Amino acid sequence: MLEMRNETYLNVGIALLLLAVPLGAWVMDESYYITVASRVAILALAGVGLNLALGFGGMVSFGHAAFFGLGGYAAGVLSHHAFEGSVFLNWPVTIDGSDATLTLWFAAILLSGAVAAIIGMISLRTSGVYFIMITLAFAQMIYYLAISLPTYNGEDGLPLYLRSSLPGLDMSDDLTFFFVCYALLLLAIFLSVRIVGSRFGAALECARQNETRLSAIGIAPYPVKLTAFVFSAMITGLAGALFVELNGFVSPSILSWHLSGEIMIFVILGGVGRFYGPIVGAALFIVLETVIGGYTERWQLFLGIILLGVVLFARGGVIGLLAGKARHD
Amino acid sequence: MTEPLLVLDGLQKSFGALRATDDVSLDVAPASIHALIGPNGAGKSTLIAQIAGTLKPNAGSVRFLDKDITGHSVPKRAQLGLGRTFQVSSLAMAFSALRNVMLAVQARQHSTFRFWRPVRGDRSLIEPAMAQLERVGLAERAHLPVTALSHGERRQLELAVALALEPKVLLLDEPMAGLGGEDSQRMTEVLISLRQDVAMLLVEHDMDAVFRLADRISVLVYGRVIASGSVADIRASQEVRDAYLGE
Ligand SMILES: Nc1ncnc2c1ncn2[C@@H]1O[C@H](COP(=O)(O)OP(=O)(O)O)[C@@H](O)[C@H]1O
Ligand SMILES: [Mg+2]
Repeated sequence: MLEMRNETYLNVGIALLLLAVPLGAWVMDESYYITVASRVAILALAGVGLNLALGFGGMVSFGHAAFFGLGGYAAGVLSHHAFEGSVFLNWPVTIDGSDATLTLWFAAILLSGAVAAIIGMISLRTSGVYFIMITLAFAQMIYYLAISLPTYNGEDGLPLYLRSSLPGLDMSDDLTFFFVCYALLLLAIFLSVRIVGSRFGAALECARQNETRLSAIGIAPYPVKLTAFVFSAMITGLAGALFVELNGFVSPSILSWHLSGEIMIFVILGGVGRFYGPIVGAALFIVLETVIGGYTERWQLFLGIILLGVVLFARGGVIGLLAGKARHD
Repeated sequence: MTEPLLVLDGLQKSFGALRATDDVSLDVAPASIHALIGPNGAGKSTLIAQIAGTLKPNAGSVRFLDKDITGHSVPKRAQLGLGRTFQVSSLAMAFSALRNVMLAVQARQHSTFRFWRPVRGDRSLIEPAMAQLERVGLAERAHLPVTALSHGERRQLELAVALALEPKVLLLDEPMAGLGGEDSQRMTEVLISLRQDVAMLLVEHDMDAVFRLADRISVLVYGRVIASGSVADIRASQEVRDAYLGE
């Protein structure tokens, strides 16, 4: 009971800290740090998505950049067409470009979810190392597809000149954009809490612990895991759309396996299966990148050392270190 | 005579050259306990696995409630009402005893694809689950994680989970193994109290329990049924004594 409270306090602290940084930066007129905070929120959101599959479902996906990138491309490409005034698709139905934020988000979630359904259907027939490798392989296929698409500048990527518009909000304002990202992050965490705590979540967690048991009581693990995998991808896909909007740029680099690895690092650093873990992981990652990265190109060496320490000595990640073991009842 | 619930017909399973199941035919009648005895390595667990669906037989069929289920998946068989316990207990280790049973209750209710309402505090899951834990004598230990339960308690929990599915037939693979005198006594009582509602195929080494519980006994040696009959028949059979009882 006490440990549970500890984690709750810690979670509130983490959420408030992430809110305080851009507010402080805004007061001090340091808009750069607002952008950094938005980056953290967006990458954390991607991690929250992966955590649903990896942390709660035990599906070690090494291909989540595919969903992040597809979400990014869905939003970026539609926004590009809106700027050009051209259509995205003429046949069999006409799809125009769009600069409506909600449309872009919807497209990102839909595309990443649909592709995750296909990738998941095949990948989830395997497990363990094979699952890791097959998700990686699918993501690489999509990466190379994006590189070879001349329509959207292939490897060079596509600059976006348009901020999307959300009724009542000025998305081009850095602080407003941060609030939007932050709200979506907290919403995704809230959804994860509900899903994991539900009947579906109970089955998902049993699938992670012991699939034989789940089958023996008459619940087929495959559809449970596939559903969670699709949810997971949708959240990560939404993060991709925000990321592209933040950078005003979409390129195949957001589909690369490096990014899959980074999303996994956010989850592991923060604590696998800890709801607020990805925020800590993403923040730590960005802090290392900006602070140590300011002195040396080899900042990833430090990241590696920390990651090694977490994997060897703190299996519950930073959250586990501070709040103790995860509680089940 | 009433129709049997479970009928095995000519089941065969080989592992390489080893015939682990060799033309086994037997059945389980309603409201009865059919005990399956035999030395270690006789193929009892292999047979249970073919009935539960974790192993596919090379030949023969499994009929359950007048349906051929030989090709059914494990979850499908469980949904039809074929429950089982494992010889080596197999549970969701990080969950509490109660959560393990609650999951079975939700499986029974076909309500897994619900994403919103928390299971914690859900009385439609907790109450039936607690009832099963009480039935097997594990109610006071309900909130402990499985890792904190003793070996005997895990066997009891396995049974509670299986019962939560409200099975028509239960496959029990050595439910007394490793239980102390008192626990094994308790398990025997529980099984006796269940017999009216659930038919059972019981694999067991504890002969006292078998003689107390069984309506019918089949003896498996090297994958073959060498004898099958009432308790009195089996006790009297010279062949069984030679092959197994070692008297
Ligand atoms: N998966 C398997 N692969 C190969 N041999 C197996 C396998 N499972 C069981 N066996 C063999 O089949 C025989 C029967 O095993 P089992 O059914 O576990 O016996 P019992 O439960 O009666 O002790 C044993 O000789 C065992 O070694
Ligand atoms: Mg055995």
